[in-house]
Amino acid sequence: MSMTTIAQFDFLPERLETRCGLVAVAMSGGVDSSAVAALLQQQGRAIVGLTMQLWNQRRLPELQGDGPAQHRCCSLDDVYDAKAVAQHLNFPHYVVNFEEQFEARVVRPFVDQYLAGRTPVACTNCNTDVKFEPLLRMARQIGAERLATGHYARIRRNDQTGRWELLRARDETKDQSYFLWGLSQEQLSRSDFPLGELTKQEVRALARRANLPVAEKPESMELCFVPTGNYVQFIQAYSQERGISLQKEEGEIVNESGDVIGRHDGVHNFTIGQRKGLGFAAGKPLYVLSIDPQKNRVIVGEDDVLRKTVCEVEGLNWISCETPSAPLRAFAKIRHKHEPAPATIEPLGAATARVTFDTPQRAITPGQAAVFYTGDVVLAGAWIR
Amino acid sequence: MNRVYLDFNATTPVEPEVLDAMLPYFSAEFANAASIHTPGQRARAAVETAREQVAALIGARPQEIVFTSGGTESDNHAIFGIVNPLVSGPFPNLDKHDEFPPRRHVLSQHKHVITSAIEHEAVLNTCQALEKDGVAVTYLAVDRDGRVDPDVVRRAVQSGLSDPKTFSRTAPPPATSLISIMHANNELGTVQPLEEIGRIAKEADIYFHTDAVQSAGKIPIDVNVLQVDLLSLSAHKLYGPKGIGALYIRGGTRLRQLLYGGHHQRGFRPGTENVAGIVGIGKAAEISRKSLAEDAQRISALRDKLQQALLQRVPQSRVNAGGALRTPNTTNLVFPGVEGEALLIALDLKGLACSTGAACSSGAVEPSHVLTAIGLPPEEARASLRFSLGRHTTPADIDFALNVIPAAVAQLRELSPTYRKEATART
Repeated sequence: MSMTTIAQFDFLPERLETRCGLVAVAMSGGVDSSAVAALLQQQGRAIVGLTMQLWNQRRLPELQGDGPAQHRCCSLDDVYDAKAVAQHLNFPHYVVNFEEQFEARVVRPFVDQYLAGRTPVACTNCNTDVKFEPLLRMARQIGAERLATGHYARIRRNDQTGRWELLRARDETKDQSYFLWGLSQEQLSRSDFPLGELTKQEVRALARRANLPVAEKPESMELCFVPTGNYVQFIQAYSQERGISLQKEEGEIVNESGDVIGRHDGVHNFTIGQRKGLGFAAGKPLYVLSIDPQKNRVIVGEDDVLRKTVCEVEGLNWISCETPSAPLRAFAKIRHKHEPAPATIEPLGAATARVTFDTPQRAITPGQAAVFYTGDVVLAGAWIR
Repeated sequence: MNRVYLDFNATTPVEPEVLDAMLPYFSAEFANAASIHTPGQRARAAVETAREQVAALIGARPQEIVFTSGGTESDNHAIFGIVNPLVSGPFPNLDKHDEFPPRRHVLSQHKHVITSAIEHEAVLNTCQALEKDGVAVTYLAVDRDGRVDPDVVRRAVQSGLSDPKTFSRTAPPPATSLISIMHANNELGTVQPLEEIGRIAKEADIYFHTDAVQSAGKIPIDVNVLQVDLLSLSAHKLYGPKGIGALYIRGGTRLRQLLYGGHHQRGFRPGTENVAGIVGIGKAAEISRKSLAEDAQRISALRDKLQQALLQRVPQSRVNAGGALRTPNTTNLVFPGVEGEALLIALDLKGLACSTGAACSSGAVEPSHVLTAIGLPPEEARASLRFSLGRHTTPADIDFALNVIPAAVAQLRELSPTYRKEATART
């Protein structure tokens, strides 16, 4: 990365109405949110850092493993890293406790969804119900006008409609707009995503140039409260802590015609489209087609049956436009790593819709989010039913 | 930025006079107080002077004072020293030529401890560690002002004798070997009726420990009036340095060693003496003893002014433990509808330092066990803030606090969904 490329970030276009006032920066201790702090400070903004304490790693000690502490959620290392950045750049920084909210709004629903045979997206709940709810409120209560985060996405105001719009990040490989569709107009109007215009390489370069102590810190890829990535183990340990034994949750694996072809040890072990871990040998590769939590059954079949054209969504949130009255064409993204596919969205009720894809899509999974785009603009998002 | 510090219960600055007294012992007078040579003897003399100064603050004899690394070590030493279910002996004598005969031996079957629910973690977690090893611990409840009722202490005492009715069927309950009740509470300021509890302990022939970290230098302490056998002190709460404390051990008390090493401090606390720190706690104790009455009067007047004005200017605010006898410098208020954590940060950004609850390892605030114990619902415990004044607090500091707190509370309430709901419900 040459210096000339970097220099342009000192003159990033910014929204005029955000120029004054204190900005709170949500700091995880990672390179992205630390770079946000450095960037805002370079722009001459008064900032205060807030690091959320979300999950006590001393809980469920059997899950701690031998991994390095820095890959654990809310590990002291991450808190110290955030503090070190604040100290290096010389701005006030506080650790704030949201463990209660995080458990009630993210962890428990996550586990409940898995146990109900769905595949949840915890990061969306965390954004909608923790980061941009109690944290944003606290930011405003301590006197900040806005909350800036290290998300790769963009916000802009549409002068014609008067609405705040959510847009994909410039760096499509890092885009996190899939996790942000739940935000309200009020939340968007108070939020800043300064990395939305940058690539990951540019952010690293910026962190290095600012001599941030976290400039070389590796990225965390896993869900923050399941640092090992082993969801099944986490769900079992967490349920056990709540006094629920999953030992008796075993059930049948059936094919499309309902013939029992094997047994499973709990629907939380499965997600739609999954091939590995079915626990038995079959002539042709079989995939999880659907999960029936009522009958405690996992239904499997061949790959071509996994492709479907229609799904229904609920909890619909229209972000960048008013709720449309007629069916609407958009590109629908049904999981984080899914290439958005053209579809027709037909509103059914207050917050539900039918999504009909032009071509069949593989593994449309209940519990995941469907996010609808026009160009870079996020029109809406919803939960797949 | 103008910064006002109202968190003297967390720590205090080292008095310039204390610092001056300490400085030579880092360099010119660097010798080991255990050395035989002249420089060593000079360091020894400084240590012994400090021992006298600390003893004088609490009405003890110098040979009853052992220097430690601070309040936490003193509490651990007192509790583990009396109650250790796993190890027996050795019991070093505090003083070979002690005029007191050994008072009592603590035997391994003595396995019951009485403490309170609002102790500092240094006592609570030590007791919890004992519980894991089979010691029975009674955590006494407190009233809404944070007071321990002496009658409740009396009833909690176990003699170790079987109930005649069940004699043949059940093992006798473990006998109480230690009562540990703090002198003043760090969060509320509540002062416990130690004199009465001390009388109960003496009548029942049970060792009595008190954590006096928050009362020393704020209210008078006399170990013979309180009838305590063990008392913990910390220098940094009384304008001395951090990392040094003391444990008062009444002559004749049989206390197990916690650390093993050389013969320093007659085996009670091996390890080369922290001479500069010891000189610091000595000087700090001396200053505190002399200025205690005057400090208390001036500080309590400022505290009362702050408290009264906040009650007037912040709607619905209340004082926690306001009905109790309190240390003169502490007031704890609840501001309903406010997240204490957010208020603390908002005030800090305006230059006012105060405290809420107890900080955990990451620095995030956890709900206070003390406020929970006095019966506050969780949302009120989280809406509480502690202001603790110090020797150097000025009327201007209080004016500054009164300037920023009501405005900050109003701003927080404006953005609080719960407070708005409450307000609408009321109209």
